[in-house]
Amino acid sequence: MAFLELEKLTKAFGTHNAVDGLTLGVEKGEFVALLGPSGCGKTTTLQMIAGFVEPTSGAIRLGGKNLLAIKPAKRGLGIVFQSYALFPHMTVAENVGFGLEMQGVAATERTTRVGETLELVGLGTFTTRFPRQLSGGQQQRVALARALVIRPQILLLDEPLSNLDAKLREGMQIELRQIQRTVGTTTILVTHDQAEAMALSDRIVVMNQGKAEQIGPPHEAYERPATPFVANFLGKTNLVDGGSVRPERISFAASGLTGTVRTRIFQGNHWLYQVDTASGLVTVIRQNTGEAMPGEGDAVHLTWESRV
Amino acid sequence: MKAAPYLLCLPALVLFAGVVIVPLAMTVLLSFHDWGQYKGIEPVFILKNWQEVLSDSYFHEMFARTFRIAFFVTLLAAVFGAPEAYILNRMRSPWRGIFLLVILGPLLISVVARTLGWALLFGGNSGLVNKALMGMGLISAPLPFMFTETGIVIALAHVLMPYMVLAVWASLQRLDPQIENAAVALGAGPFTVLRRIVLPQVMPGILSGAVIVFALAASAFATPAIIGGRRLKVASTLAYDEFLNTLNWPLGAAVAVLLLMALVAIVWGANRLVERRYAQVFA
Amino acid sequence: MSRNGPLALAYHTLFVAFMLAPILVVCFVAFTPEGYLSFPTDRWSLRWFYAIAQYPEFISAFWRSLWLGAISSAIAVGISVPAALAIARYRFPGREAVTTLFMSPLMIPHLVLGIAFLRFFTQIGLGGTFTGLVLSHIVVVIPFALRLTLASAVGLDRSIEHAAVSLGATESVVLRRITLPLVLPGLVSGWALAFINSFDEVTMTVFIAAPGTETLPVRMFLYIQDNIDPLVTSVSACVIAITVAALLVLDRAFGLERLLVGRSASHGR
Repeated sequence: MAFLELEKLTKAFGTHNAVDGLTLGVEKGEFVALLGPSGCGKTTTLQMIAGFVEPTSGAIRLGGKNLLAIKPAKRGLGIVFQSYALFPHMTVAENVGFGLEMQGVAATERTTRVGETLELVGLGTFTTRFPRQLSGGQQQRVALARALVIRPQILLLDEPLSNLDAKLREGMQIELRQIQRTVGTTTILVTHDQAEAMALSDRIVVMNQGKAEQIGPPHEAYERPATPFVANFLGKTNLVDGGSVRPERISFAASGLTGTVRTRIFQGNHWLYQVDTASGLVTVIRQNTGEAMPGEGDAVHLTWESRV
Repeated sequence: MKAAPYLLCLPALVLFAGVVIVPLAMTVLLSFHDWGQYKGIEPVFILKNWQEVLSDSYFHEMFARTFRIAFFVTLLAAVFGAPEAYILNRMRSPWRGIFLLVILGPLLISVVARTLGWALLFGGNSGLVNKALMGMGLISAPLPFMFTETGIVIALAHVLMPYMVLAVWASLQRLDPQIENAAVALGAGPFTVLRRIVLPQVMPGILSGAVIVFALAASAFATPAIIGGRRLKVASTLAYDEFLNTLNWPLGAAVAVLLLMALVAIVWGANRLVERRYAQVFA
Repeated sequence: MSRNGPLALAYHTLFVAFMLAPILVVCFVAFTPEGYLSFPTDRWSLRWFYAIAQYPEFISAFWRSLWLGAISSAIAVGISVPAALAIARYRFPGREAVTTLFMSPLMIPHLVLGIAFLRFFTQIGLGGTFTGLVLSHIVVVIPFALRLTLASAVGLDRSIEHAAVSLGATESVVLRRITLPLVLPGLVSGWALAFINSFDEVTMTVFIAAPGTETLPVRMFLYIQDNIDPLVTSVSACVIAITVAALLVLDRAFGLERLLVGRSASHGR
């Protein structure tokens, strides 16, 4: 029996099922990502676990106990909201300490634990600041600290990095992973960013229209997508000669599928190509090894090991 | 809890039901009662007051005056207030904030005090306005402002001007300043920009301001009472007379209810017009 | 970005002069040393301000207006807060209708309200009483209190309350520690705007205030009806001075725009 079990979880809004019979088991200490486009039901699932939305049918069990029978205030879950939802009229320390206050933890112990958790997220000196004095990245960390300090059974992250700019996001992804490994909390991340989901999670749940199309380790879902939707959602894929091929699996060779380079884009550590072929427009990604590469307008041959 | 919102609104709903709807209903009823100098109010249902209000030429004249004044006040407010809002909008801070305070602030100053100022400015032969006009050589003898419609119009326009500026200002805030720049970059001169780009977009603001000013002007009391005096009556001062002097409450009620219905009809009609005309722009 | 040319600025100056003229005139005349309406030319005198002390009815009317404004605004705000929370958060049938109803006093001419209340209060025995005044003032100022409280309630990020709940807060804790402190600015500014509107209200009040329960604007109005002399200008000057002071405080605290428009809309503030 898994630590957190979702069994045939369904949420209907009128005739439309936002979440449709979702079944998932999450082990203790695992980092699971719910990944999918907007409207796929991932946020609704999270809200049902948190208790802010009631399921139409299905069960949620935490440590064997029926979670649905417990009020949201008593579920003991740590939640990081997409907008961070920091209390604007309280300092960082008061924000982070709020959950402990609600639990009745004594003031001295509160201060210690708040301090420790803020150190963990790298904001040890920010205790007396107010949210409006913090940058987006800092606010996000405060939100994380507030969720972690209460030692939750499960950490729920609702698109926590989507409001950060690209560079900051990458840095935070690595930090988030490290923090989770350190603390060991079971974590569920909701995101529409496949790179983020693959980078952070032990297992990915690729969702589409309320259903899970594939559940498995990121590497596996990427290499062996169960459905065309998964194949297209996790990274790019080409449909050639009846099969699908990842752009990075295609190389330039002396013989193979003939084509002409339409576009070549340099992206730092790799080159992105769009090649016109008889089978359509093919996307090719080649590692930047410093070697000379074909240019726009060149005639090339594409080859790859057949898959799927 | 499904009942939560209703419970939360309950105090306000109770207040409104008891202290707004009931009194208003009673007023409408009152307009159908009979009245005599010695018998007082007789709670019957007759049309006497309504017939009088709707057919007597005295009332026609008075209502015509009321709406005529309201119309000119609205016109003045729109013509002079809208450009000022536009000019204010183009100022940079701190001037913008300061002048906004100066122009909107008077809204919070007692209307009696403001009207008193006009009474002083208009007063008799030594009124400042006349002195200034004669000093500039525009007129040779003092013009009567006190106890005239013109005086009421000017004073009311002053009192209600901030509402127009506010409405146009609010409408201007919703404009993307880059739109004007885009027009200029495409070769439009300043007046073209004003006429073809800015004006159409603030028109809804001007119209909503006009509706507010008109309604307030038609039902204004203190200013027409002070500037117009006892002889130049508008709907509100007439009702006041009936209620507090003559004591013919039913007749006064009829006047007030008629004014209310007329205003509701005008406001509703104007809003529909604005919505239909401008729905595409802001849908 | 002052792109206002000289023509615009000239117009603006005339406009401002027009707006300020009556107010300034009242203030000037209040300082006249003469016993009749005139401008102070070479001497300024406070005699007409001292004279106010001879007219206790003005002073008692002032305190009554203050008291009336404070109470009716407080009650109006007290009623508005739960209504604002209901309207801001729940999509219930009748939401639009209820909002329109609560804002309707703005659209009903105060003349009509005055008459309606006069009739109503007389029938139920509240004619000419302070209680009647309070009830009527609550009705006319509720739209202002509601508008500003609603703006605050709407601007409140619901996920902040969800966050508090997820951290273990009960409903009453959420209300006390999170919701109310965050709608407080709307509450206070709503009260302030309501107060000012109550203090200045004359059209409706003139119908329902009896000789013993007059408010300041009504007293001033009735005085002017009989004659205009420097006394009423000095009273007016005091009222203007107090209002201007309050205006500056309110603008500093909330921004006048936010008070009158309902939300802070301008850039560059």
